[in-house]
Amino acid sequence: MLWITLFCLAIGLFIGYQLPIFLPAWMVEYVSIAVLAALDSVFGGIRAFMEDAFDTTIFITGFFTNSLLAGAFAYFGDRLGLELYLAAVVVFGVRLFQNLGIIRRYLLKKY
Amino acid sequence: MRETSGKLAIMVICVIVGIMLSVQYRTSESYGPNLRTTRVDDLAAANSSLLKENQNLSEEIVELRETLAHINSDSQLNADLQAELRKINMAAGLTAVTGPGIIVTLNDNPQALQPGENPNAYLVHDSDILSIVNEIKASGAEAIAVNDQRIIAMSEIRCAGTTILVNWNKIGPPFIIKATGNQQLLESGLTIKGGKLEELNSFGLQTQLVRSDKIEIPAYTGAMKYQYTTPKQK
Repeated sequence: MLWITLFCLAIGLFIGYQLPIFLPAWMVEYVSIAVLAALDSVFGGIRAFMEDAFDTTIFITGFFTNSLLAGAFAYFGDRLGLELYLAAVVVFGVRLFQNLGIIRRYLLKKY
Repeated sequence: MRETSGKLAIMVICVIVGIMLSVQYRTSESYGPNLRTTRVDDLAAANSSLLKENQNLSEEIVELRETLAHINSDSQLNADLQAELRKINMAAGLTAVTGPGIIVTLNDNPQALQPGENPNAYLVHDSDILSIVNEIKASGAEAIAVNDQRIIAMSEIRCAGTTILVNWNKIGPPFIIKATGNQQLLESGLTIKGGKLEELNSFGLQTQLVRSDKIEIPAYTGAMKYQYTTPKQK
């Protein structure tokens, strides 16, 4: 499962590298938060898969709402002069590491 | 069935995340690595300083064009050279100048020397004058004189026995240091907490700092001799 994920990530990276798309400057900051949220969703999905608690609907909706919400959070935080993006960074960062830790434990148990 | 659809969803989303990551990476690379860390304030400051520089340069262009036009008429060229000469003489300290500035007066400690005390602590030293002159230079002084000895590029301030030499002239207390420039800057440079005047006062030396709107600073009167130095040919 993990290998499939990494392989797909690599494909995505390659496609993205070839695409002639550039983000406008003002968006970069917010998209980076959204990417963090997306990564968190992916690892959360893998973890759920390994726990046999995976639900496609929850996974997909979680992916989109988390990313959009994180980006929007950062955007409105900037408008309000409040560094709200820190909240997203901390929450998703912590969860990312937790998910990674759980995935690691599953893999260790498996092999 | 559920297994495969789940796998498919994860794969698709992974591809999307990969695309997002690399697009994001390429974008932030193309905007320079410091986009996020560069504060708006810094950019604004850089912008305004560049604008100012730009303005200065365009003023210079206008001046240079004027000079170019004047070179064509001989009399105007002569007058320009005279003005240039006056400016350079002023910079070299060869003309007496006047303007707003400050007068710093230093004097030895008036109290009688107690037995066992070091007489050096009661006297104004060459190093004191030197550091005050240095301080007012740093504060943007345009012309400086110590006891009416104009400080020029080659002036020395040094101790010689019981007196102090400036421009090879013996000077003695009270030491009167005159400087023209921005009075506020000159004064705050010296009176800043922990500054030179506070240090001298703590030794019991007498210091006095007054502002004056019309300070007269004499010209350098010594010889100017270049024995070893010649202008570099371009």
